[in-house]
Amino acid sequence: MLNNASTLPRQVLRCCLALVLLLPFASAQAELLGYIGGQLRWFPETALDSDQGDTSASLVLAPEWYSEFNDRNDSINLKLFYRYDSMDSERSHGDIRELYWLHVGSDWEFTLGLNKIFWGVTESQHLVDIINQTDFVEAPDGDEKLGQAMAHLALIKDWGVLDLFALPGFRPMTFAGKDGRLRSIPVTIADKDSYEDSRAKDHVDFAARWSHYIGNLNFGLSWFNGTGREPLFRPTVHQGQTALQPHYVQIQQLGLDTQYIVGDASFKLEAIRREYDTPLASDYTAVTAGVEHTLVGVRDTIFDLGLLAEYSYDSRPAGFAGRLQNDLLLGGRLAFNDIASSEMLFGVIQDLDETESRAIFLESSTRIGDRTKVSIEASIINSNTPQSDLYLGRRDSYLEFSAEYYF
Amino acid sequence: MISVKHLAIFSLITFISVFNLPVSYADEAVEKGLAIAKAAKARDEGWGDNTAQLTMTLRNKAGKETTRQMRVKSLEQTEDGDMSMTIFDNPRDVAGTAFLSHTHVNTPDDQWLYLPALKRVKRIASKNKSGPFMGSEFAYEDLSSFEVEKYTYRWLRDEVYDGQDCYVLESVPVDKYSGYTRQVAWIDKAEYRSLKIEFYDKRKTLLKTLTIGDYQQFLGKYWRPGLQQMVNHKTGKSTDIVMSDYQFGTGLSKNDFTENSLKRAR
Repeated sequence: MLNNASTLPRQVLRCCLALVLLLPFASAQAELLGYIGGQLRWFPETALDSDQGDTSASLVLAPEWYSEFNDRNDSINLKLFYRYDSMDSERSHGDIRELYWLHVGSDWEFTLGLNKIFWGVTESQHLVDIINQTDFVEAPDGDEKLGQAMAHLALIKDWGVLDLFALPGFRPMTFAGKDGRLRSIPVTIADKDSYEDSRAKDHVDFAARWSHYIGNLNFGLSWFNGTGREPLFRPTVHQGQTALQPHYVQIQQLGLDTQYIVGDASFKLEAIRREYDTPLASDYTAVTAGVEHTLVGVRDTIFDLGLLAEYSYDSRPAGFAGRLQNDLLLGGRLAFNDIASSEMLFGVIQDLDETESRAIFLESSTRIGDRTKVSIEASIINSNTPQSDLYLGRRDSYLEFSAEYYF
Repeated sequence: MISVKHLAIFSLITFISVFNLPVSYADEAVEKGLAIAKAAKARDEGWGDNTAQLTMTLRNKAGKETTRQMRVKSLEQTEDGDMSMTIFDNPRDVAGTAFLSHTHVNTPDDQWLYLPALKRVKRIASKNKSGPFMGSEFAYEDLSSFEVEKYTYRWLRDEVYDGQDCYVLESVPVDKYSGYTRQVAWIDKAEYRSLKIEFYDKRKTLLKTLTIGDYQQFLGKYWRPGLQQMVNHKTGKSTDIVMSDYQFGTGLSKNDFTENSLKRAR
């Protein structure tokens, strides 16, 4: 926990401390919630590196607290996260997911502190979403994020919503340690991070987004200027062994996310253009586009089945591109509409360049009683061509079981 | 484009159906039906805004029960359909999940769902509204505000229901994505409150029956139900909704029914 907390810049911690000291005066209306849980992961295939284990057991605690005051126009929100992992010390980690003060005006909102912002519409990857760093050790699909320090002004007008961000305090990505799975070979040493900009983590990033909807069409146009969340990787030597070093560079990114709903179908598109100052990387364009078609009450049951098809393109050559450079996702989302809110998401991501490379995934969850949620996740990766973006994970298929108790 | 041939068939069908019925009676029943719907809506005009607590009890065939707790905020709109937001408190794993609906008179409703774990707002395709709400026997569309233009009407008969003189009114949804072919409602003549509604599915068989009671009057004019019981005849399952702690004139405005307000609703 300390390990990660120390990566937060000092001024952010100071700001958080000030907020905590204010809490006793803010107890107008408060609530504590959150969950505690356990998780088991099993990797049936022999790891590429003999240091890596095959099974992990972990415990997670995620309490949340908030308080509203000043006639509910102000609130303080806190969300903490800690996981202990038996296999990988790098996956044993903690984070302040959220600690912010929010003030709501008539047609504006202002947030100061650590928070999470999500942008986007597609399912296979989140190209446009750029405010928060990915907590990669927490979830390999990139859906979990680290808290980001920000001053955020939102203007809510007839012509849409304009979000303006100043983002001090860069958070480096988390990476699995040498004992862990779902990592690079050789291992990436998160602590050996280096920066293009001399201010390193103290570089202040800026972002803006205009979003609006007209009838069944919604869209967002976004801009980001600062330290890119995804690092470049450079070979280095760590404790006498070859390792990778994350190198964070300055980027400028334009993003578009849009969704059009017609009847029971929803068309989605996310596109980005990213430009670098450094000669180490070349500018690129990436797109994910697709459709989700929902069958309500499929075959005369109360089940809903959403059919998903998404295509992803990345203009960089194979090997330099992101996870999905010419890939197709086909999948389904099954909602059982039962009391236990049971649901299942499944599908396959097929690499269209390397026909032998694909990832199959299944995520399902249900509720037991009123407070316990159990889920099963499976990820099967097939790849035997080094050119494929999935090749790195070829021995990292896994089965995951988790249970969470909500309080 | 509708071809001439299609048009011809269309007018033929219209021709047959009109002439199969006693013309004057059919017209009269349709006119009277619309008048009842308009009168019911007119009686409920001017309530402004309200908040309420909602407790949902879901019951399976064997009678096993589980409860859900949520809060509802509503805002009346005069030019278009009403706005509403539902915030979930229980079960705990979905606490903070919130549902926003902008009902429209002539176009499909706009609906959004906020998922707090992902901090993501999802726009909901309009067809999904025929699906079950939170695993209950209520569909999303059963919970949206009543707008006259959303149905075509026919007065069927007058009948005494539960000791009260009622109009029996048939409503056929205009929206092709509705899960129903028609609804039949018992509306009391004295106050124009719905006391019972039967829902007919796409096969035109009786799917569900809703009984509505424990009405309370607010601001000396507006009636709101305390208890709504939905029974699904196909599955044998039922859901009760108990509404309590109604507050009117709470100062809600359009700004409280935006995507932004959805994200911080809890």
